[in-house]
Parts: sequence; structure tokens; C-alpha cells
Amino acid sequence: MTVGLSHFLVLAAILFTIGVLGIFVNRKNVIVILMSIELMLLAVNINFVAFSVFQHNLLGQVFAMTVLTVAAAEAAIGLAILVVYFRNRGSIAVKNINLMKG
Amino acid sequence: MLHALAFYMFAAVLLASAVMVVAARNPVHAVLFLILCFFNAAGLFLLMGAEFVALILLIVYVGAVAVLFLFVVMMLNIDFRELKSGFEKYLPIGLAVGAVLAVELIAMAIGWQFDPQALASNPITNGMNVENTRALGRVLYTDYFYPFQVSGLILLVAMIGAITLTLRHRPDVRRQRTQEQLDRKIADVIDVQKIESGKGVL
Repeated sequence: MTVGLSHFLVLAAILFTIGVLGIFVNRKNVIVILMSIELMLLAVNINFVAFSVFQHNLLGQVFAMTVLTVAAAEAAIGLAILVVYFRNRGSIAVKNINLMKG
Repeated sequence: MLHALAFYMFAAVLLASAVMVVAARNPVHAVLFLILCFFNAAGLFLLMGAEFVALILLIVYVGAVAVLFLFVVMMLNIDFRELKSGFEKYLPIGLAVGAVLAVELIAMAIGWQFDPQALASNPITNGMNVENTRALGRVLYTDYFYPFQVSGLILLVAMIGAITLTLRHRPDVRRQRTQEQLDRKIADVIDVQKIESGKGVL
């Protein structure tokens, strides 16, 4: 009953699927969509770190930190856009986001 | 045995709280479940021996990103029941796509093996009997210096972007104009007059 690389990969796969499912079922709520994206990035990070540890190669952990950076930047920018959008429209419904359609 | 037990505990709580992030009615609860998710993922990283990434995950995600989410959720006054209304409608197609994706990913995850040559040709190994953080620091500031700098640059751009997006100049609010204050000369504001004695100013 040892925990191998496949265990972590299956866990990351299920977590990624939950993230995709969250985007599908919460199509009206941008905040939950952003949180689902964070879940997907976490699944990717689990994959990177698992491969890194089981291959005895540190590159995966270095790249996991880069993914972490990008995730933080993405959350900050996304929430800033959300705040600006809410200030202009008074709502965050995804359905109404069509200002740039022309 | 204990290792496997810890793995299954962390994994079960991680997946359960991930489901709750997606399904929670109240977005504040969703953010709190997201924090629980990150804690369990950090536990898994610790279990694998990647201590530095685990603690960075806690600091960055729980300390910064989750707090940012909580801040925005609580600051915006939104009727979330209306936003949640399409949940049942989209659930079947979401489950169908999710099932296909999960089956494909899991089939990929368990149906493969390492090429022995790929393992042998590892450029950097962590087999020098040093702890994870020290080993990571040795490669992060030498071999991967440019990626490290680029992540700093990404954070800088994100910071400037977030500030310029949310900064707002309201015309009805009086603001301090530093340049104008610094540019003032004595001659512009003070007029020294010679007053004759016994006559007064007027």
C-alpha cells in the first residue's frame, strides 16, 4: 500500500476535472469561475511537484513556483477588472459582459 | 502505512473541499473551502518532501490570493442567489464533459511508464543529501536565475496593472497637488509692504 506517482496524478486529474466542472456550472458568477481556475492551477502544481519528486529533478518545483506567481498575478488582475466592472455596471453577471463586442 | 493513510486523508479532504468550492451557495464559504483546499495541497506537498513549495503555497495562496478573494467578495454587494440560478440547468452537461475529461486524464495518468534513459539523463538531481529548501535555493539563483527574474517582473506588471485599473480620480474630492506646493515661491504668496508710522494700513 505504497503511494506512488500514479496516485498523485489521478488526484490532480480529478481536481482539474472539478475545476472544469466549476466553470461549467457557475457560468454566471465570475468570482467562482476565478476560484475554479485557481483549483485547476493547483492541480497542475500537484502534477509538477509529483513529477519533480518522483524523478528526483528539482526543475518541476522551480516551475511550480513560476505557476504560483502567474496564478497570483492572474487573480490580482482578474479581481481588479471585476471591481472596475462592478463600479461601472453595478453587477458582475457574465451574461452582461459585452462592452467590447461593439 | 502511515504515509498512505496521510495521503488518503489529505486527498479526500482536498477533493471534498474542491467540490464544495464549486457547489457552495455562499461565495464566502466557497473562498473558505478554497483555503481548506490549499492547506491540504500543502500537506500533500509536505508528504512528498517538497517543503519549500508547500510553505510558499500557504504564504502566497492563503496569505494573499484567498484574502484578496475574500476582500472582493465582501466588498462588492452582489445578490449571489440570482447568479447561482443556472446551477441545475448546466449541471448535466458539466458532469458529462467532466466525466469524459476525468476518464481521459486518469487513463493517461496510470497507463504509462518512465523511460529509463529519461531518468538517467536528469540534469539536476536532488540526491546530494541536502534539504529541499537549500537544494532549491542552489538552483533557483544560478541555473534558473532568468525564470526567477521573469516571475518577479510578472508580479511587478500585475501590481502596476491592478493599481492603474482600480485607481480612480473623483472630481468632487479635493486632492493634494504636491508639484504645485513645491513650485510655490515666496514672492507669489507674500506681499511685503512698507507701512509709514502713525498712518495704519488703510
